Amino acid sequence: MTLTQSAPAARPKAVRPPAPARRLPSARTALVAGSAYLIAFVFLFPYLVMILTALRPQEELREATYLPQTFAWSNFANFWTGGLAQNLGVTLQVAAGSTLLVLLVALPAAYYTARHEFRGRTAFMVLVLITQMFQPTAMLVGIYREFYQFGLVDSVWSLILVNSGFNLAFAVWILHAYFSSIPRELEEAAFIDGNGRFGALFRVTLPLAMPGVVTALIFTFIAAWNEFVVALTLTTTPANQPLTVALNSFIGQYQVDWQNLFAGSVIATIPVIILFALIERKVVGGLTAGSIK
Amino acid sequence: MQQTLTPARVMRALAPLAWIGPAVALIGVVVVWPVVVMIQSSFLRISRFGVVQGANGADNYTKLFAEPDFGGVMARSLVWVVAVVTITVLISLGLAQLFDQRFPGRRLARWALIAPWAASVLMTAIIFKWMLDPEVGLINMVLRDLGLLDALGGAGADPLGNAATAMPWLIFVAVFVSVPFTTYALLAGLSAIPADVYEAAKIDGASRFRTYWSVTLPLLRPALVVATLINVMNVFNSFPIIWAMTHGQPGYSTATSTIFMYILKGSDIGESAAMSVVNFGMVIVLTVIFLKVSKWKTEVS
Repeated sequence: MTLTQSAPAARPKAVRPPAPARRLPSARTALVAGSAYLIAFVFLFPYLVMILTALRPQEELREATYLPQTFAWSNFANFWTGGLAQNLGVTLQVAAGSTLLVLLVALPAAYYTARHEFRGRTAFMVLVLITQMFQPTAMLVGIYREFYQFGLVDSVWSLILVNSGFNLAFAVWILHAYFSSIPRELEEAAFIDGNGRFGALFRVTLPLAMPGVVTALIFTFIAAWNEFVVALTLTTTPANQPLTVALNSFIGQYQVDWQNLFAGSVIATIPVIILFALIERKVVGGLTAGSIK
Repeated sequence: MQQTLTPARVMRALAPLAWIGPAVALIGVVVVWPVVVMIQSSFLRISRFGVVQGANGADNYTKLFAEPDFGGVMARSLVWVVAVVTITVLISLGLAQLFDQRFPGRRLARWALIAPWAASVLMTAIIFKWMLDPEVGLINMVLRDLGLLDALGGAGADPLGNAATAMPWLIFVAVFVSVPFTTYALLAGLSAIPADVYEAAKIDGASRFRTYWSVTLPLLRPALVVATLINVMNVFNSFPIIWAMTHGQPGYSTATSTIFMYILKGSDIGESAAMSVVNFGMVIVLTVIFLKVSKWKTEVS
């Protein structure tokens, strides 16, 4: 695949045949739709269970009933007053910090590699492609010992750094594809019209690359928001742990307030599912960048 | 040819650094340096609290390979990757075909499929653990009401506590969270197939199965290869599912190499580093295969 193909912006909108006149769906369509809805339900099911459990009153949690008898909306209020709100704060810091750092670092690199030929360009792109294949789990011991030496264990900064490093590749690739798909002439024209080099970049190129920027932004945010293994390894004090680690440590405890655990999971899960739905189309292209021919 | 080093030329050669330097630095600190530290650590004797007590030669590796559970862990990792990826790809091929059809509400149905992909894998694993709870687990309740389970609360209602039933459930959850991305990647592949090849197959009188086998699958191959490789990497490095649901227990009966590495970290960091290096060697092999397949050369140049 050429780079431009992985950027949906560069692709002309699919030409759809005119919609047929409304009529009753055929038996085949009904069967297809029915199975698709059923499968959609199966994939949503665990998250419905999560929401229903989050709404169970504490005294009903150990009752083997399919549905809660009463709904305890207060579980969500309890989440905010309980200690978990602090962990949500850590998660927000890590996700926002990583997103910001990734954009700051990826934007110039992606723009420059898309616009300029230079020695080491291929080496750089291959380095990025290789990091996309690496995951922190594989080098956990190295990460732990490195940040231990830096004195950054149990710090939000180490989590921001690691999450940024491992999500940089996706951002660089998708932004590179977008910048490559924007004709150089557009930028030249804006430059000739009296905008400076940077004026042309900020007024013309960047706005056109916005869908790519938003995709990179949301993707990094969600990945850092969901991250578990590195945070489990690098944080030790409960107050410094992001929500994933805090919720996981609930499980081992003798007396588990499951309803709080699940209220926390709902808060940690539902927003990212909705955010992800916004960028779904572009993510596949970014993840498989450089591979589908 | 010898070129003179004028300041202007030096500046021009260094210009890219201003743009890509930060990215290189970040990758260097976060991705490359940990690998160096990890390999170093695997040859050091390190106390449980992280204090280096001196060189250890290859002792960490000798100790690791002599662990009674090492062979089982490696074999299980292989089964884990092969089983999860194969089942995931087969299911996704079917789902991609289904969701590629036109039907009312397709957009919404596709969106529903996103949930396990977007949600934290850890959260999904926790929900499944909850649904498999021996006393109040929803799945156990359904099994009881279907007459497949005698009573709640007993050993029969604790699939995660039993080595023979825990592994299939872990594989199920891993497939569940892997199918959405795989289906989406295959859907993208399907939409790239031009409609006229299907027309041609129709004119030739090919049956539906024949068309799928001889036209769709070969054209889908690139998407299939990439989706499979990305899955292999993800599943190989998978940690949260097993950690949240069984911690690798009972015994080490559900531990894969990443889980084993994490457990070792609590007792012997040097040995854990040796396990990581072994793991990492396998990741390198997979990456080389990926680069070969991805044909980055034609792409970058």
